[in-house]
Amino acid sequence: MHRIISPKIAQKVMKLIFWISGIITILILLVIIGYVILKGMPVLNLEFIFGDPIDSGREGGIFPMIISSAYVTLIALLVATPLSMGAAIYLSEYASEGKLVAAIRFGAETLSSIPSIIFGLFGLAFFVIYLDMGWSVLSGGLTLALMALPTILATSEVSIESINKSYSEGSLALGATKWQTINRVVLPAALPGITTGIILGMGRAIAEAAAILYTVGAALAIPISIFDPARPLPLHLYILATEGISLENAYGTAAVLVIIIIIITVVTNTLVDRYSKKMMGR
Amino acid sequence: MEYRIEVKDLNVYFDELHILKNVSLKIHKNMVTALIGPSGCGKSTFIRTLNRMNDLIDTFKMDGDVLLDGKDIYDPKVDVVELRKRVGMVFQKPNPFPKSIFDNVAYGLKVHGITDNEVITEKVEESLKSAALWDEVKNILDKSAMGLSGGQQQRLCIARTIAVEPEVILMDEPCSALDPISTTKIEDLIHKLKKDYTIIIVTHNMQQATRVSKHTAFFLHGEIIENGPTDKIFIEPCDKRTEDYITGRFG
Repeated sequence: MHRIISPKIAQKVMKLIFWISGIITILILLVIIGYVILKGMPVLNLEFIFGDPIDSGREGGIFPMIISSAYVTLIALLVATPLSMGAAIYLSEYASEGKLVAAIRFGAETLSSIPSIIFGLFGLAFFVIYLDMGWSVLSGGLTLALMALPTILATSEVSIESINKSYSEGSLALGATKWQTINRVVLPAALPGITTGIILGMGRAIAEAAAILYTVGAALAIPISIFDPARPLPLHLYILATEGISLENAYGTAAVLVIIIIIITVVTNTLVDRYSKKMMGR
Repeated sequence: MEYRIEVKDLNVYFDELHILKNVSLKIHKNMVTALIGPSGCGKSTFIRTLNRMNDLIDTFKMDGDVLLDGKDIYDPKVDVVELRKRVGMVFQKPNPFPKSIFDNVAYGLKVHGITDNEVITEKVEESLKSAALWDEVKNILDKSAMGLSGGQQQRLCIARTIAVEPEVILMDEPCSALDPISTTKIEDLIHKLKKDYTIIIVTHNMQQATRVSKHTAFFLHGEIIENGPTDKIFIEPCDKRTEDYITGRFG
């Protein structure tokens, strides 16, 4: 057997291929974000961000939509975070491998691959109609919570499990109880990973249109009570574009949504980074 | 002669594996006892039986008696949390928590319900001084323990252990991950601590056993082949297998 290519050349070629793959990934991201922001730029100003929509959103701003988005996302996270953290702690620290654990994991994995429109239909049937919550911030928020739950659960479980077992042993050997060990040693060490999971879950919730299409209503006013209908940014964007109301304002709305997500990601990453460095003494 | 710990006919199993076979050993009060023997002979399993760390493993089964100050630590009425407070442990690999140096030492105090900050601060300083680490860390107490060197981390783990005032300190090869200078510091520390604590140290280093311990037990295949004063074990062992091991013919 003769070598067709020398190992040295193969090494260089492969390195180049990997480099190109990395660069393409960044480019795709930059092109999409850049396109949306450029197209949205012409309508972006303080009046657009802090103003009320006029004539179904043909004119005016999107302030009620920003508040709606914040509101439903907050409710989704308030419900999904404790629930998924509890399940993650149970799975990684208390449960021994068995049928129940396998069932919970399978359930969470399946939940995360269900299309969001199905969540929307379920939310309509269960929260809006059966529990009689109506088209409201609460119905929408709870539907989004169901969607964010498996994401937060999976990320938290992985980060709790990745914490070195020697920390737990050290704590237990000092006479700490299991819960003290989890609460004071394991969770603080897993906090960066858990935060990342919460942010990923938040990203799913804040950017979702289909799941709230049938659950949150489409009101143009600022929602005050959790039983008020609302219109989060993705839904507003969807309505503006599909009903041919204003493509310019649709792009403006998209740009605001993208910028909000970027800001949240950058700020949390910085905070998580700072926390990790302090914790690990680097 | 007073004994702190008495182990009688201890058998330990993990599933079907018979790890410790009819082990009996008396540990003297305020003295250093070294456990030597080749890897896999059951030394670590033995000391982890003394603070019930093996309870964490599902397949662990045991019979026999382990008495601490005359009381059976495997009695169903025994509070494991209280036991581990009395029998502290230092691990093979330094395992400080990813917290500040201060919080590492304060941790044990806090989990045992001490909330008075003055008491905690005093105890942290005292423990770090006992562990011969105070001078090196007194100005960086709020920095992460993960930034310390391996040897400093291990002394911090010893400080963390003595902060809760145990009667017994178990050390599972505490120097195996350290350089010679750090090892010397830990050994000096063991000499200093032995008047207040009963220390049991697992070691693969024969010189270390002779340097730090007064009493030595030689383990082989889950049994204690020979145990007695360290001088005697190393100068005139009774058993051929002990002699072979300490002279480096196997292990």
